[in-house]
Amino acid sequence: MSQDLLFQLNGVSKSFVKGKEEISIFSDLNLTIERGDFVAIMGPSGSGKTTLLNMLGGVDQPSGGEVSFDGARVDNLSESALTRWRAHNIGFIFQFYNLMPMLNAARNVELPLLLTKLSKAQRRKNVETALALVGLSDRAKHMPSEMSGGQQQRVAIARAIVSDPKLLLCDEPTGDLDRTTADEILEMLQLLNRDHGKTIVMVTHDPAAAKYANRTLHLDKGKFVQRELVA
Amino acid sequence: MSDLYLIYKNMTRKPLRLFLTCFAIFIAFLIYGAVTTLKSALDAGIDLAADNRLVVVNKINFTQPLPIAYAQKVAAVEGVEHVTYANWFGGYYQEARNQIVAMAVEPESLLQVYEREIVLPLEQRAAWLGNRQGLIAGKNLAQRLGWKVGDRVPVSSNIFSHKEGGHTWDFVVEGIFTGSDPQHDTNSMYFHYKYFMETQSFGGDWIGWITLTTVDPAQNQRIADEIDNGFANSQAETDTSTEAAFSKAFIEQIGNIGLIIFGVVFMAFFTILILVGNTMALAVRERTGEIAVLKTLGFAAPRIFKMVLTESLLIALIGGLAGLGAAWLIVEGAKATMAQFLPNLVLDSGIALQALAFMLLLGLVTGLLPALNALRLNIVTAFNRG
Ligand SMILES: Nc1ncnc2c1ncn2[C@@H]1O[C@H](COP(=O)(O)OP(=O)(O)O)[C@@H](O)[C@H]1O
Ligand SMILES: [Mg+2]
Repeated sequence: MSQDLLFQLNGVSKSFVKGKEEISIFSDLNLTIERGDFVAIMGPSGSGKTTLLNMLGGVDQPSGGEVSFDGARVDNLSESALTRWRAHNIGFIFQFYNLMPMLNAARNVELPLLLTKLSKAQRRKNVETALALVGLSDRAKHMPSEMSGGQQQRVAIARAIVSDPKLLLCDEPTGDLDRTTADEILEMLQLLNRDHGKTIVMVTHDPAAAKYANRTLHLDKGKFVQRELVA
Repeated sequence: MSDLYLIYKNMTRKPLRLFLTCFAIFIAFLIYGAVTTLKSALDAGIDLAADNRLVVVNKINFTQPLPIAYAQKVAAVEGVEHVTYANWFGGYYQEARNQIVAMAVEPESLLQVYEREIVLPLEQRAAWLGNRQGLIAGKNLAQRLGWKVGDRVPVSSNIFSHKEGGHTWDFVVEGIFTGSDPQHDTNSMYFHYKYFMETQSFGGDWIGWITLTTVDPAQNQRIADEIDNGFANSQAETDTSTEAAFSKAFIEQIGNIGLIIFGVVFMAFFTILILVGNTMALAVRERTGEIAVLKTLGFAAPRIFKMVLTESLLIALIGGLAGLGAAWLIVEGAKATMAQFLPNLVLDSGIALQALAFMLLLGLVTGLLPALNALRLNIVTAFNRG
């Protein structure tokens, strides 16, 4: 099974220095994520969900412990190496979409491709494919301000998958959307997981959203805790 | 899409702000281009001055006269080659606003001392030397006033009066001179000192200044000292300096132009620098979240640094080149009317390159801090803040 192992956290700790105090968010956190998994992470506000996601995405580095991705350590990479690693392996989806307001949908989706060596034609093809996958082919020329929240999040998903990363990291992807739109987005993530083999880690505080995942981890006071599923 | 497209989109997202910023830079380089051109035209007079020519003036002030006998005494100093003298006429043609640089001179020695600046065809030279009422005019001046060889022309003075009344003298244009170098000024005219002295109403035999050439520039200082020492404690003490120094003193008489120019340009630049720097900083601060997103997506920090810096460079270049272009148009427009005072009024490639260097500097200085902020921006704290 070891070739199916994508992410491994071994005794990871994280603390911040705030003034004179050192605030520990977690100590000795262990986690394995297999290729093709869809993991939901739940927990109260301030429990460190975003911090954990940031460490998985190489945006933040642990204070201690090991993080391995695809069998190689990533916690000790330099910042520029980590930046390259992110561009190749991770797609990010944020709560507030974080599209570039001055770029239309197609150009927003194209953004990560500027980090690849793909030809212009190949880039255009990838953008079209990604937009088609999220059902927004007809909105390619629309600006973010001309789209609803759900449409913007779909553009963001297209941007996250356009360079075909192995892992999608989503921080409250439906936190700003109504139920129906949220379900559309979650179904889309599920489709990406099932039919396109994307490994997904999704932070959410919405139990209904967590149901779309294969499994749910509860983070509380810096530890994963067992919880009975609420119906 | 390329990085340049992103830069362009960032730059133009607030068109009014972009316009105002570019406009401020436009004004700065308009002033810079016009003022440095003016200064270099003034300096050109100094640069063109021959290094073996000395000017002897009254020590009190160069507008005070000297006795004509001084010319003989100066000629006797060892190492002096040719000596000539002149009187400022304060000339104008027909109307007081048509000012002419006109001087009463001793013709033969003038042509020796200024053999490179005043080049005349041989027959015109002979004609002028032979006609006491004759004048020679520079090519530009003749063109401007429509004078041709053989014309009888009245030239008036705003200083002197004619013995027979009025302020106007009649001359015959006997020659039209050029310079051996196109940079040489041909906006002046010269006529016989003797004719002037016989016909003006003040009487007396005095001159405005003496110009002489030395056999060797290395002896200039010794010769100047010898001349000034020779006239020490006499009725008119003298001050002898190189022509270059004299031109400079003449310009300083008008006002310390160099300092004024420096002040104006410095103030303009400093204001613009603060304005543009502040605008850039603001623009980048507004984009903190977007820069954090770009970094998250995998855009390397140095690449983002470069994008911000390119943006500020582009803004500086757009405003600056437009301003420089406008300055060029103004200079070209003013050229004709200013030709008599400032024959070298040109916005040349040297000034343009210097301005370009300042544009790049402006772009770098105003972009550096925001670019560094973008470079160092930490994704986690940026998102926490937003
Ligand atoms: N850069 C930071 N400096 C100091 N404290 C931080 C920083 N980032 C997060 N925290 C703190 O760490 C805790 C966990 O934050 P976060 O991971 O955002 O929680 P969650 O996403 O679960 O709401 C919070 O108490 C937060 O204030
Ligand atoms: Mg969070």
